Amino acid sequence: MPLTNRSKTVTVRELTLAERLYLPAIFKGMLITISHIFKRTPTIRYPETKREFAPVYRGQHVLKRDEDGAERCTACGLCAVACPAEAIIMESAERKKGEENLYREEKYASIYEINMLRCIFCGLCEEACPKEAIFLTDRIVPSSFTRGEEVFGKNILVEPIDQRVDVSKRQTPEVLEFKHDKKHSHNRTFKDPKPTISRGH
Amino acid sequence: MYSILLCVIIFTISLAVAAYATWGERKFAAILQDRVGPSRAGPFGLLQPLADGVKMFMKEEMIPSKSNKWLFILGPSLFMLTACMVSVVIPWGGNLTIGETTFPLQITDINIGILYMFGVVSMGIYGIMIGGWASNNKYSLLGALRASSQMISYEIAMGLAIIALVMLTGSLSLKEIVAQQDAGLAFVVYQPLGFLIFIICSFAETNRAPFDLAECESELVGGYHTEYSSMKLGLFLFAEYINMFISSAVMATLYFGGYNFPFQHELADAIGLSANGLTILQTVIFFGKVIGFILLFMWVRWTLPRFRYDQLMNLGWKVLLPLAIANIFITGLVMYFLGKLD
Repeated sequence: MPLTNRSKTVTVRELTLAERLYLPAIFKGMLITISHIFKRTPTIRYPETKREFAPVYRGQHVLKRDEDGAERCTACGLCAVACPAEAIIMESAERKKGEENLYREEKYASIYEINMLRCIFCGLCEEACPKEAIFLTDRIVPSSFTRGEEVFGKNILVEPIDQRVDVSKRQTPEVLEFKHDKKHSHNRTFKDPKPTISRGH
Repeated sequence: MYSILLCVIIFTISLAVAAYATWGERKFAAILQDRVGPSRAGPFGLLQPLADGVKMFMKEEMIPSKSNKWLFILGPSLFMLTACMVSVVIPWGGNLTIGETTFPLQITDINIGILYMFGVVSMGIYGIMIGGWASNNKYSLLGALRASSQMISYEIAMGLAIIALVMLTGSLSLKEIVAQQDAGLAFVVYQPLGFLIFIICSFAETNRAPFDLAECESELVGGYHTEYSSMKLGLFLFAEYINMFISSAVMATLYFGGYNFPFQHELADAIGLSANGLTILQTVIFFGKVIGFILLFMWVRWTLPRFRYDQLMNLGWKVLLPLAIANIFITGLVMYFLGKLD
């Protein structure tokens, strides 16, 4: 009794003589295999040729500086709280008198470490950061033989002043538009003049 | 003296061919599977067998404490020994005449060459059985059991296929057989069924796919070589490739004319080749045939799925054995009617 309306009847035939010999089938199979010699291999010879990453690829982190070279990170801790793998550790410190060109605000991160073995590269820290300080770039995290080397401190994470990392592809056009507006203190550096407060309008 | 030198040369060539057969296998398998094989160790990965050899040497040599130590060491050694011993009777080329003396390119031409070959191959089964038993491991034992029963079953059909060939040639000596193929056609033309049976049995004798369930990883972990490490494992794997090389050489010798090639004498006369030059050319062509058969072995391996044990035994005893006997019968009949029986 058929259980559904969609059943198909299948006939189970005995094997014919040609099928029982197996040899014709074997030769057919061997012809198929040998035809693969004449096909192109899809192999990519890394590291001589590399594949393109998407612009939103989440690789190694970078702590960015603003246009005048001051570090953006203010050690607010939102990235550490957002991180599902608890990979980020930081300690804050107060900015001293002569250090305005080094750090944007009075609070900065004196110690900032990401444990790359815990990081799952989800990008939640990048989404949580209010200061546009931390981004994930398309650089691949280098591997190592010891665990200690995989805890990256500020010396590896903060971008060097002369070799800025380009993260504009990770930001939407609206954000890039927003960054030109000097009305917001988020977009001003310590060299920009403070906006005058208009009274009585 | 000359025999010892030739022994050493042929042994070295066997080892080199077996080592590069591993490279060739990986490259050929890669080509058949739309990928690139070893390509990093040296140009085109040619130093890969060297790297594998060094890796094998540097691994830890383990002998299980509950195993039988001397048998454990004897197993792979015996397998390797018998694999190399068959190369003694194969004619690798014609005669080289240097000065006054002729040097045959065959270490020894026993007049029971084929029988010697079968005897040695049967001894090789001991290597696997001892290896499996001495490991003190259920899976190894099962693997060795399967391998040895497979090998003895297919040896019978192989022997019977050869008997039909011997009926045609009237001699067991391999040199005779090659010489007769020089005079006439290659024996594959006279014995197509015999050749088919022989080639299927060769696959089974060398434990190559599709008959490789004795050592496949998915069924029995490693089969009879589970407990082996480092050089003893290296010997097992190497001896398998040497077996493949020797089987190809035997097939080329018995059925495809050995070192002869069509119109060889006409060609030698046409381009004025000396006898030594012809011998060298013949040896090169022989190696070409052997490499062709090795590629055939690999081609079949990467095409066919593995046989199940009962299907394998069924094939060996219920299909190939009657076919081989029928082959002898038909050969006899044809020879009687052509008046060749004397």
